[in-house]
Amino acid sequence: MKLRTLALLPLLVLAGCKPTAKELKIGVSAPTTGSISATGQSAKNAIALVQDEINAGGGVQVGDKQVKVRFILEDDEDKPESTATVFQKLINQDKVLAIVGSYTSKCSNAGAPIAEASGIPVVSPWSTNPNVTKGRKFIFRACFIDPFQGRVVAQFATSKLKAKTGAVLYDVASDYNKGIAEVFRDEFTKMGGKIVGFETYNTKDTDFSAQLTKIKGSNPEVLFLPNYFNEVPLQIQQARKLGLTAVMLGGDGWDNPELVKLGGKVMDGNYFSNHYSPDIDNPVAKGFIAKYKARFGLVPDAAAALTYDSANLILKAVATAGKADSKAIRDALAATVGFQGVTGNITYGGGGDPVKGAVVIKVEDGKFVFDSAVNP
Amino acid sequence: MSTKPPPEHAAPPPELTPSRVRFWMVCALILALALPLQLSVDAGLFPDVLNPYYLHLLTIIGMNIILVASLNLLNGYLGEFALGHAGFMAVGAYTAALLATKALPSAAALPPVLGTCIILVVTLGGAMLMAAGIGYLIGLVTFKTVGDYLAIITLGFNMIIVNAIQNLDFVGGPRGFTGIPKNTNFLAVAVCALLTLGLLRNLIQSSFGRVWVSIRENAIAAELMGVSIAKAKNWAFTIAAAFAGLAGGLWAQNQQFITPRSFDYIKTTEILVMLYLGGMASLSGSILGVVAYTLLMELLRNLLSAFAPQLAEWRMLISPLILIIIMLTRQTGLLGNREWRWLRPRQGA
Repeated sequence: MKLRTLALLPLLVLAGCKPTAKELKIGVSAPTTGSISATGQSAKNAIALVQDEINAGGGVQVGDKQVKVRFILEDDEDKPESTATVFQKLINQDKVLAIVGSYTSKCSNAGAPIAEASGIPVVSPWSTNPNVTKGRKFIFRACFIDPFQGRVVAQFATSKLKAKTGAVLYDVASDYNKGIAEVFRDEFTKMGGKIVGFETYNTKDTDFSAQLTKIKGSNPEVLFLPNYFNEVPLQIQQARKLGLTAVMLGGDGWDNPELVKLGGKVMDGNYFSNHYSPDIDNPVAKGFIAKYKARFGLVPDAAAALTYDSANLILKAVATAGKADSKAIRDALAATVGFQGVTGNITYGGGGDPVKGAVVIKVEDGKFVFDSAVNP
Repeated sequence: MSTKPPPEHAAPPPELTPSRVRFWMVCALILALALPLQLSVDAGLFPDVLNPYYLHLLTIIGMNIILVASLNLLNGYLGEFALGHAGFMAVGAYTAALLATKALPSAAALPPVLGTCIILVVTLGGAMLMAAGIGYLIGLVTFKTVGDYLAIITLGFNMIIVNAIQNLDFVGGPRGFTGIPKNTNFLAVAVCALLTLGLLRNLIQSSFGRVWVSIRENAIAAELMGVSIAKAKNWAFTIAAAFAGLAGGLWAQNQQFITPRSFDYIKTTEILVMLYLGGMASLSGSILGVVAYTLLMELLRNLLSAFAPQLAEWRMLISPLILIIIMLTRQTGLLGNREWRWLRPRQGA
C-alpha cells in the first residue's frame, strides 16, 4: 500500500508547476542552506530588492511593452551535483530566460555546461575561478577573477606600503586560497619584492604555530593571508603571540562582520582587497546600501552587492535586446559597456570576465574603512 | 543405489525459472522505456512532459542505485559497516575523467554512436579496474578489523583518497577537474544499473554470496566450516569498490566537472542514508531507497518553490525529518531483508 502511494509522487512533481501569467522569468541558484548559507541569504535579500524595484516601475521594457519580472530562487546547497539539478530545473521546467548564479566556483563549474548547452545566459556574482567562463559563450560573471585580486594586493603592498619582503600562509585544500596565493607570489616578485615564506595548511586546521614560527624566522614586512574570515583571526592572533610584526593582508574572503567579532583588537591596522566598500563614493551604491539597510537592517556584504549587479546586468540586457530571447540577451550582455553597478563600472571586453576595479579596505577600531581604489 | 542424492554443490540446470523470466522481462521493459525516452528528449519532443530535468533526475537515480546496491554488499550482506564508499567513487570518477580527456580521442573523431560506446566501455572499464585495485588493497589492510574499527579505517581511507586528489595538480587539485566530455546519458546509466543489479543478484545467491551472509550471521561458525574470512571479505571489498568506481565514472562524464570535495564523507553519508532508508540486505530496498530519497528531495523543492517560496530553506529540515519518521516506524527500512520477485533468483529464496 505504501509503495503504491510512493509511485504517485512523480505526478505531484508535475502538479507542482502551476501555470503562470505572462511574465519574464529569471532563475537564481544560491546556497541558501549548507556551509555558506549566509551568502545565500545575502543573495536572497538582494534579489528581493531588485524584483520589487523593477516591478514597482511596471517591469522591464521589452520592445514596446512593459513586462513584470519574476525571479525563481533555488537552493543549490553549495554542492556541484545539486547545482546541476537546479540548473536543469530552472532551464527546463521553469523555462527561465537567464540565470543569476551560482556562487562558489565549484558550483558554477557544474552548472555552466548545462546552461551553455541549452543556450541560457548566466551571470555568476561570486565565482572568481578563471575556469568558470573559459571557452564558454553564455557564461559571464560580475566579479573580478582570483589572479586580479592577487595582483591588487601585491600592487598595494609594494607601492602603498613600500614592502620589500612578504610571506604567505594559505589553505592548500581550497581552490580560492591557492589561486590568489600563487598569483600574489608571482606578482609581488615581479614588482620587485621578495617572498621569504610560502607556507600551507589544510581546511579546519586550528594550530598554525609551526608555519608561523618558520615565517617569523625570516621576519617579513607583510604577511598575506588569502583565507576565509573564520580562520584569519586565529592565524593573526597566533602570529602576534609569536611576535610577528608584519602588516597582515587578505582577499575578499575576509569580508564578513564575523572577522572583527572573532578577532577583536588584533584585526586593527590590517588590509584586504574587496569587490566594493560601503563607503565607496558612487551614487548607485549609496542608493542600494540605503535601501538594503532600511529593509533588512544590515549593511550589505559583497555577495549582496554583486547579486544586485548581476540581476541588473541581465535586466539591462533584456531591455537592450528588446525581446525575451536568451540568445539576444546573451549578445546584449556581451556588448555591455560602462554598466554602472554598486561594485563599480562593468564592461565586458569580449569574454565573460568583466573589466572593473577593486578596492582596498583597512580594518580600524573594529570597522571596515575604505582605503583606496585599485584599477587594472 | 539408485536413490543417491545429487551432490550439494551441483549447479542447477540453466532452465527458464519463473524468476529468471521475470528478471529478463523487467530488464527488457526498462530498456524498452529508456531508449525512446532518451531519443525523444534528445530530439526535444514533448518538452512539457519529457524535459531534460526529469531525465537528469532519472540519471541521478540510476547512478545512485549502483552506489547503494554495491554498498549493500558490504553493509547489508557482509554485515560490516564500511564508511569509505565515496572514496572508491572518486577513484573511478578521476580515472574515467583522465582516460576520457587525456588518453582517448574525443567522441567527435569517432563514428557517432559506436564511438561513444567504445569510449564509455574503456573509461568505465578503467574506472572499475582502478577502483577495484584500490578496494583490494584496502581490503588487504583492513581484513583483521571488524565493526567500529573497520568503519573508522574505511573513513580514514576515504579522507586519504580525497586529500591525495586535492594535492594532485595534474587533475586540477582542489580547483576540480574541468572539461570532461559528456559521454554519459540516461540510457548508458540505465544499462549499467541493470547490469549491476543482475550481477549482484546472481552473486548474492552464489557460493560467494552465501559465504558473505554466513560471515555476517556467525563468523566463527563460518570459519569452522572452512570459510576463509579474509579472502571472502577481500572479494566483497573489491567487487563493491569496482561498482562504486563504475558509478563514479558515469558521474564524471555526466556532470562534466568533478571536485575532490564532492567525494568526502558527506557523500558517503548520503549513500548510507539511502541504503538504510531502503533497507539492508535487499537489492529491491536499494532501488526503492534511492528513488524515494531523490524524489522526496526534488518533490519538496518543487512544491515549496511553487506554493511557499518563503519556506524554501526548510527543505533541508523537512526531508531529514521525514527520514527520521520512516526509520522510527520501520526500523528495517522500506524493504529490509525482503526482495521483489524479479530480483529473487529462486522461488522462496
